[in-house]
Amino acid sequence: MAEKLSTQFKLHPGDFTRRGFLKKSALATMGTMLGADIVFGKNLPPYTLPLAFQQSDPLKELGKHPDMIILNDKPWNIESRAHLLDDDITPADKMFVRNNGLLPLDNDPYNWTLTIDGESVPNPKTYTLQDLKEQFTHHTYQLVIECGGNGRKEFNPPAKGNQWELGAVSCAAWTGVRLKDVLADVGISNDAVYIGYYGKDIHLTGNPDKTVISRGVPMEKALEDETLLAFQMNGRDIPIIHGHPLRLVIGGWPASVSGKWIHRIAVRNKVHDGPKMEAPSYRVPCEPVEPGAKVKDEDFCIIESMPVKSLITYPKSGAMINKGQSLPIRGHAWAGDLRVSKVEYSIDFGATWQSADLKPAPNRLAWQRFTANVDFPQKGYYEVWAKATDSEGRSQPMLVPGWNPKGYLNNAAHRIAVKVS
Amino acid sequence: MADRKPDIKVDVPGLVHMLYNQLTILSVVIILAIMGYTVYITYLDAYYQPEPDQPVAAAAPAMPVSGIVNGVDTETGLIAKGNWEIVRANCTSCHSAKLITQNRQTREGWQGLIVWMQETQGLWDLGDNEDLVLDYLATHYAPEDKGRRAPLKDIEWYVLDLTAAL
Ligand code: HEC
Repeated sequence: MAEKLSTQFKLHPGDFTRRGFLKKSALATMGTMLGADIVFGKNLPPYTLPLAFQQSDPLKELGKHPDMIILNDKPWNIESRAHLLDDDITPADKMFVRNNGLLPLDNDPYNWTLTIDGESVPNPKTYTLQDLKEQFTHHTYQLVIECGGNGRKEFNPPAKGNQWELGAVSCAAWTGVRLKDVLADVGISNDAVYIGYYGKDIHLTGNPDKTVISRGVPMEKALEDETLLAFQMNGRDIPIIHGHPLRLVIGGWPASVSGKWIHRIAVRNKVHDGPKMEAPSYRVPCEPVEPGAKVKDEDFCIIESMPVKSLITYPKSGAMINKGQSLPIRGHAWAGDLRVSKVEYSIDFGATWQSADLKPAPNRLAWQRFTANVDFPQKGYYEVWAKATDSEGRSQPMLVPGWNPKGYLNNAAHRIAVKVS
Repeated sequence: MADRKPDIKVDVPGLVHMLYNQLTILSVVIILAIMGYTVYITYLDAYYQPEPDQPVAAAAPAMPVSGIVNGVDTETGLIAKGNWEIVRANCTSCHSAKLITQNRQTREGWQGLIVWMQETQGLWDLGDNEDLVLDYLATHYAPEDKGRRAPLKDIEWYVLDLTAAL
């Protein structure tokens, strides 16, 4: 689908007459491609193409909300915005996309198989998607999936990659079978250290022998109840761009461990070494470094749990209200593998903090809803800042945290602008 | 490059379906709209002589003068200065130029990126073009000091009616 979007019928100067009318030969070619004559083609106004050959609105074609932001269209990288993420359960149209390669050409669920192999699997086994659905108990969890590079845009000096601002996070309801149930059925030996997934996406070069991305997690995380081989998102088939028909979903860790279009999982007797496991991908310096520092490959460590973070999802930044009005605010807070223990807000740049109401998570690794009513003492420009604290007492920083070469893990407090007049 | 995948074919049934929808809705004519690829138009006059059956005197409809608008190439989004065409030729076959235009790096930073793509992503040796590409990138996509945290910018102000919500 997406690559169709980037494969446009290209017209050449010679296809138009001097005044911009399509030549007969060009019309004939297009007619052949359409399987239909282009009636009244001669009457097309200058420099126009039949609608069928124009690139349509890609967000619409991908089923995305019109306010989503396209960072890259090949491969697709699309981010959400704070005010679009207000739902408790992120709907598909407001969910960010981080693709590393091209969409698979094959995503036929009826012929889909998953193979479990690797050094720590004495007897590799292959399941059809149907086997997985029929042989194992289904579970549904709301899971926070956040790109490791969410917030990259703020790092100074700038970090390389897609310049995510704050919308590369979601919390959808995923349904599937537990990876641990499947691994128990296959049988794994006790030297197992790590899992590594393999998906069917296509490398940007088109080289079928090149793996786009193959990451994973240590066994302990792989065997958690919430680690799913998911075939549904929000009660429906997973959209193609999000991994249909089978996605590994692992909440709380960088989204790149939640591999899409999964056809194979290797259980490794060492830390998985697939593409984008290596430095500097999804790694940060093991010891803090000064901004702009050069870091040697061996001094990088793999990112595991994501840090505590929050977003104000209502109101949208830029609200103008009247003096004397109390402003209701709400949002979500999450903390990787941990719980969020409190959320506070400030309207004076952090000089004083008030606590927000915070709900427990519907399940482990889901985000938590916070709400508050904010009063402003006088007219003027304000910023409302939100700060979450995790169950181990760590809070979000007000400034951009430790610089790292690839710009991961920016969990600086979210801010919205408000004017009271 | 030998291992590149051939272009994916246009989805013919899908296009036919779209076209028939339009025909149904409007009964007689195909809906028309303005074509996006102004870049091809730019060179029409250079390439083509007027056809005898087309009167040349009538004023041509307003059409863009160039595929370069405000110094930016409309097709790729690249700043159309210096060695931009070498960059377009070497840097936009795997991914779109949006990946480039989002980023800001020093010459060294850009070079590190090229090395990374060569070691891991199948980017070819750029030969003498490497310097030309780096000149362009380091000039037009250089970092600016953003400070430790920038003020909120581009705020879209709107009136929030709080009485309606109550
Ligand atoms: C042979 C294919 C290929 C070519 C040609 C190519 N790139 Fe890339 N490039 C890649 C791949 C693959 C990625 C990773 C894409 C992703 O993860 O979304 C990438 C990523 C990038 C990134 C983001 C880096 C990051 O860390 O995520 C930038 C910037 C970039 N390329 C610039 C360039 C420039 C400049 C050129 C021309 C010198 C170029 N590319 C040519 C394959 C290529």
